[in-house]
Amino acid sequence: MLEEILITARSNPHIDPVLEVWNWQISVYLFLGGLTAGIMFFSALMQVLNKDEEAPFAANGLALLGPIALSLGMTTLFLDLSHKLFVWRFYTTFQPTSPMSYGAWILVLFYPVSVLQILSTLRKGYPVAVPYIGRVPLLPELLDWLEVRRRAIAWMALPIAVGLGIYTGILLSAFSARPFWNTGLLGPLFLVSGLSTGAALTALIARNHGERSLFTRIDIGLIVAEMLIVALLLVNLSTGARPQLEAAAKLLGGSYSAMFWGAFVAVGLLVPLLLESFELRGLMRRVAVIAPVLVLVGGYMLRVIAVDLGQETTWINYESEFNPQLLERLR
Amino acid sequence: MARYAMVIDTKLCIGCADCVVACKTENKVPEGLNRDWVVEATQGTYPKLETEFRSERCNHCSNATCVTMCPTGASHHWNGTNIVLVDPNKCTGCKACISACPYDARLIMHPEGYIDKCTFCHHRVEKGMDPACVSACPTKCMHFGLLDDPNSEVSQLLRTRKHKVLAPETGNDPNVYYLI
Repeated sequence: MLEEILITARSNPHIDPVLEVWNWQISVYLFLGGLTAGIMFFSALMQVLNKDEEAPFAANGLALLGPIALSLGMTTLFLDLSHKLFVWRFYTTFQPTSPMSYGAWILVLFYPVSVLQILSTLRKGYPVAVPYIGRVPLLPELLDWLEVRRRAIAWMALPIAVGLGIYTGILLSAFSARPFWNTGLLGPLFLVSGLSTGAALTALIARNHGERSLFTRIDIGLIVAEMLIVALLLVNLSTGARPQLEAAAKLLGGSYSAMFWGAFVAVGLLVPLLLESFELRGLMRRVAVIAPVLVLVGGYMLRVIAVDLGQETTWINYESEFNPQLLERLR
Repeated sequence: MARYAMVIDTKLCIGCADCVVACKTENKVPEGLNRDWVVEATQGTYPKLETEFRSERCNHCSNATCVTMCPTGASHHWNGTNIVLVDPNKCTGCKACISACPYDARLIMHPEGYIDKCTFCHHRVEKGMDPACVSACPTKCMHFGLLDDPNSEVSQLLRTRKHKVLAPETGNDPNVYYLI
């Protein structure tokens, strides 16, 4: 047997005994970033397809929620920075090898396109605002101009939505030092999960029955896709090398099993999938609010598990404090 | 890339931790933080046990994933060498480099909040001196020099002695070698 112990102190905060430099701030950001991607994707998609009749909320009102969710997420992201005064350094450079640098610039691209998207649908989506719009000089003319170009704006929004949804997964997957993250499946998984939470939020808020069932159907498809990617991820981990096997073990019977199978797979995927299928058959309509809420909870749990478990997986395993149980292994 | 390497003789190291103290003194590392540390690795089954002492720190990897993952260019290779440094004026404290380091060799500077790490004492190397840990070692088990120079002490030791690096499977090309 082999035991490796630190005989001098190394208790660097957040690194020892287990890496936990990223906490809830990052999980919340990853969740809200994915949700924002879903919001922008479906609002733009419905605009491109001219689905004002079938999906009046998604086509016109939904886009406004995007910058609200993303700004909340960016706030928690800012809270995570430990050298906050230098946050502007993200924007004095572009680092082609760093997915986080791409992400920083995607966030900057998001806002202007989102504002155009909102303005081009403001009068349709929020009729209460119409009397106020008239009072602002030139605003009605601007809105006229943008409303005509609604589809062109939506076409710009689609790639930004996909970029925002997928980059967070690619970001984590690019860490070769953390075996749990180091799989190409994380990008698609985060994208599909983000779209799923976006569809769920739309189904939750939409008042129109036809629109609700449209987004319930979309969400069912996305949940099934997400389950497939999760299954592939488990196959990928449990057929990997030692560090991946150790990560898989944490999900299959180890310390993250209850959270993964209970809070994510059961509560966040299976139960909403069943409830949404019932709903489409006209069953349990009264509790239709539960399924989308669970999808949102599941989306957040996925980010919590990814962030926390990913940091625990490593190539180096030594004990940073005296552990008498290790001595037993040498006897 | 000029490659500086540290070569540490595990047969001579007694785990006294003078390297750790020397680093703290030289670099004024705040209390509770460590840029280097000593590992005692015991292998085998009693009574056939083997113990190895290893003074560990940043491996100043030639393929440093902390540098590739840094979104601002704060983590960089110093002057075209393999010595990895952090520029506090560019560091946002996003901690991507900490997650990117397979050796967990980085730390969050307290109280300022930028990311800090072993610098191979580049301020001493510039003047032709050894890093503080190397010059403080009482058993002279630590060596420092250029790998590119075939006549350097480190090159000669690696030519003549059995050696290893930590977790080479990460692909980071670490430059701290252990003679075994």
